[in-house]
Amino acid sequence: MIEVQNLTKRYGQHVALDGVSFSVNTGEVVGFLGPNGAGKSTTMRILTTFMAATSGSARVAGDCVFEQPDRVRERIGYMPENNPLPLDLRASDYLTFRAQLKRLANSTEAERVSEVMGQCGIADVANRFIGQLSRGYRQRVGMADALLAKPELIVLDEPTSGLDPNQVRAVRRLIRELAGDHTMLISSHILSEIEMTCDRVVILHQGKLLASGDLNELMAKADAAVTAEVNAPLPEVKQWATDLALGQAEIAEQPDGYVRCRFSGAKNSDTRERIFAAATDRGWPLRELSRQAPSLEDLFVSLTHGKEGQR
Amino acid sequence: MNVFRALVRRELSVFFQGPNGFIIIAAVMFLIGLGFIVVLSGLNGEATPMPVTQVFYGTYFFWVILLLIAPMITMRSFAMERASGTYETLMTAPIGDWQVVLSKFTGALIFYMILWLPLLACSIVVRLYVGESAVLGFGTMLTSALGILMVGSLYMSIGCFASALTRNQAVAAVSGFALGAALFFTGFFSYFAGDRTDWLSQLARHISLANHMESFTRGVIDLSSIVFFLSLTGLFLYLTHKVVESRRWK
Repeated sequence: MIEVQNLTKRYGQHVALDGVSFSVNTGEVVGFLGPNGAGKSTTMRILTTFMAATSGSARVAGDCVFEQPDRVRERIGYMPENNPLPLDLRASDYLTFRAQLKRLANSTEAERVSEVMGQCGIADVANRFIGQLSRGYRQRVGMADALLAKPELIVLDEPTSGLDPNQVRAVRRLIRELAGDHTMLISSHILSEIEMTCDRVVILHQGKLLASGDLNELMAKADAAVTAEVNAPLPEVKQWATDLALGQAEIAEQPDGYVRCRFSGAKNSDTRERIFAAATDRGWPLRELSRQAPSLEDLFVSLTHGKEGQR
Repeated sequence: MNVFRALVRRELSVFFQGPNGFIIIAAVMFLIGLGFIVVLSGLNGEATPMPVTQVFYGTYFFWVILLLIAPMITMRSFAMERASGTYETLMTAPIGDWQVVLSKFTGALIFYMILWLPLLACSIVVRLYVGESAVLGFGTMLTSALGILMVGSLYMSIGCFASALTRNQAVAAVSGFALGAALFFTGFFSYFAGDRTDWLSQLARHISLANHMESFTRGVIDLSSIVFFLSLTGLFLYLTHKVVESRRWK
């Protein structure tokens, strides 16, 4: 469905995208992951024909986004970053206007508008001005617009940013419901979000493609952290931690005599058993031993380090 | 065509959904009323060889309305969409750049023509009280309306161009005003030109908006005036389209 090759975008001196290539198959839900400024929105704007790339090629369902923008626009439903909406229109009027722009036939227009409003749960606010709606409702109006023309590809840029936890859950549920019928590209800088909604991820960092593929496989490469709390004098614990050689260790004394150690950088393996054995060897009381799943940050750290190592 | 109509309707709804459009209408009604009083008191007791329409355009009110109000009408067109981000959803809908440019221009021009409706009422009042068709004939009213439309389309295209250049409505209004005022005051050089026939004087006479407008209000449709206004309008719409398109090659 999407075929991106060597996409580069420069704003003057600043390189926003640097030779990014990836592809998305029909029916897939792909997460676009990366910190702010990684080039996610830029890529989405190029794919949705809003702007052109400096070099490289991008195709949506075989049509080039630079040469056949009209054909590409007919295939996509797009919700830009921050979900811009005209605040002076009623929700139903806005969607009707959008339906007209998207050339829905007059006869199906009203039907389709009420259908997507039902699907997105905004039927009860149809006659309210968008300016009076909460962020959660506005987000759903934006998504309703993206769905309107039953597009083959739905592109959502940060669909849950700025929402409260309940609204986030509602939007995620909606994304999962849509997933079966559409190819979707969703961007986020929150890992858990992508984890819950996407089959596959594309990770960008500083305009470069870091990785793409199955999220679980990628996460397995990231370093998990293990935290242990033992009751022993601080200098001895420091020596013990160095002897264990489990990568980097952060050690902090707790007010009640316990010492908290956080080991990060243990590749691919669970080190909890070793730590437990080492603590009991010394006869130290151990009151906490836990493994933290790698965060997006950890994944970035390990991926960027990996890249530098290859050079 | 359906899409174009939807776009134009949206443009017009921007004026009438909030107070903005009504504030502009009120301001213009006030200025037209003031101009009307000036014209009436000028006519009082004195015979004039000119049609009333020509007297009105001789006052400053017409030009004040045009120069000040035109940029206020068009400042929102592109700048507001850019500032709010709706530009992105608009330009990724399956519509062409020209459709967007022309619909914004058309919407502004329709609103501009609505602004002049009070003038029609004023004309009817004059006509009823004077009762002489020589003072205000149907023909002169029609050609004057055509003149208003022609000048208006030029100023709406200038304003759209100014608005397309920025995301700040104030900047759009000021630069639109500056462009429009520059064009208007350049025409003043025709007063210094007198009846000299060198190319500069002829050029000054040709770009004098007041000269063009005068022939319309006398009841004359001058083809060169029509060509002048249409070509300049076309030029500014073309430039606006280039600016809109530039996001795809910048």
